[in-house]
Amino acid sequence: MIKIEQVTYRYPAAPSPALRDVSLEIPAGQFCAVVGENGAGKSTLAYLIAGFIPHFYHGTLAGSVLIDDQETSQVPLNQLVQQVGLIFQNPFNQISGTKFSVREEIAFGLENLGVPREEMEERVLSTMERVEITDLADRHPLALSGGQMQRVAIASVLAMRPKVLVLDEPTSQLDPIGSREVFSAIKTLSDVGETTVVMIEHKLEWVAVFADRVIALSGGSIVGDGLARDVLTDERLLEKRIGQTRYTQAARLARQRGKWPSALPLAVTLDQAVEGFKD
Amino acid sequence: MQGVSLAIQPGEAVAIIGQNGAGKTTLVKHFNGLLQPTSGSVWVGDWDTRDKSVAQLARRVGYVFQNPDDQLFQSSVRAEVKFGPKNLGMPGDQIETRSQEALRIVDLAWATDRHPYDLSPGERKRVALAAVLAMDTPAIVLDEPTTGQDHVGVALVGEIVEGLKSQGKTVITITHDIDFCAEHFERVVVMAAGQILLDGESRSVLAQADLLARSFVEPPQLVRLAKRLEMDFVPLDIVEFIEAWLKSSAR
Repeated sequence: MIKIEQVTYRYPAAPSPALRDVSLEIPAGQFCAVVGENGAGKSTLAYLIAGFIPHFYHGTLAGSVLIDDQETSQVPLNQLVQQVGLIFQNPFNQISGTKFSVREEIAFGLENLGVPREEMEERVLSTMERVEITDLADRHPLALSGGQMQRVAIASVLAMRPKVLVLDEPTSQLDPIGSREVFSAIKTLSDVGETTVVMIEHKLEWVAVFADRVIALSGGSIVGDGLARDVLTDERLLEKRIGQTRYTQAARLARQRGKWPSALPLAVTLDQAVEGFKD
Repeated sequence: MQGVSLAIQPGEAVAIIGQNGAGKTTLVKHFNGLLQPTSGSVWVGDWDTRDKSVAQLARRVGYVFQNPDDQLFQSSVRAEVKFGPKNLGMPGDQIETRSQEALRIVDLAWATDRHPYDLSPGERKRVALAAVLAMDTPAIVLDEPTTGQDHVGVALVGEIVEGLKSQGKTVITITHDIDFCAEHFERVVVMAAGQILLDGESRSVLAQADLLARSFVEPPQLVRLAKRLEMDFVPLDIVEFIEAWLKSSAR
């Protein structure tokens, strides 16, 4: 479980806080998506959960973050990384740059954790299969396309099997079906593997289909928290620049013209849109 | 890339879509001479790219990198945006006007004196865009311009594309955002495994779900919705969808 209690955080030399009085509980195994405009504090929240704040970014931190009742500020980062995996927004920042093949790159984290050789090989292979990069195994990690590199970055963290997985826009450079597949693989991890997932994403269609819960951030504060269909259709959040799926926009336009079934909330997914528009 | 043939007319707005590693970036890097074909040729107007330097080609084709960190290298946003026009030999007052205008268009006038690396990744991407807009080239290539932008940023990039189109510029954009693609581009080229799989009007290309799937692309949200509703129409934006739906349900 992740527990954030009354956290306010300001980066060193920043004029104002990036997070303001944020409190949040995420139960084990939940798939939680974080949405919001650029600069809303999403990446800061990711760094906070992964312990990069306060271990790497100093700044001013009030409040506390607990992973399974352990306060992250009290646990050294080298122990914390075994529990919390962070996938960066830019895969270039994740790739070590010291390995000559995708296979070795994915093994890199496991070597550092001291995983025995046989298990390491098994984990590298199964993780490559899971994110569908087996055919890239012998390629140089830095000679891949942006989207391929993003999958390698995801695999390098998944292989370490963290209890908590924090992903910062992990599909930003992926092709459309590839994005959906990553969402689906992450969903399976949270359902079957009981991994707790915090995923920052702008792709609201897949957030709505796959996430158990959606948290909306604006100006460093939580402005929405609940089921995708409630948060992503909330009229009051329109001005908070959270965004909407085309299904929600179409349903809203239909409602304005008195053509959306009054008993139905606005749609966020394709299935919900079909339900509302079919008659 | 293998056996690719493609002609883009002046003033066309073309989106290039397709799976990761399909060769989209490789293709567009041939447009400004960053890459030269092993065989075959690439012409930009009456120039064969093999006979021209990248610096010469930069007068005709502006290229905004996928990753702004591959492009930005100056110590202020102002210097970054002035660099291109200066290299093209624009007169000083024009450099000033062009660069201010470009920063205004990408909504970064406030960041003129900032260091690019003090900005967020999404903002840096817009600095990279402004740096190329300031060069005022007849053709502009945008490599995944909506990545890292929130929905307001995506809408802004859409407005910029529309602005370039209305100025008669040739706009070529690589994108994975198929809804964005449908709303702003009249022609779509789909690539898979280094080849062109489909090339045509967006309304016909974006409806071919089976072929698109071969390149890991799905039709836009509204096209999928219209299909599920068995509407005999391919809507490219919300208004088109609603109007077609009202018509079909009135029937």
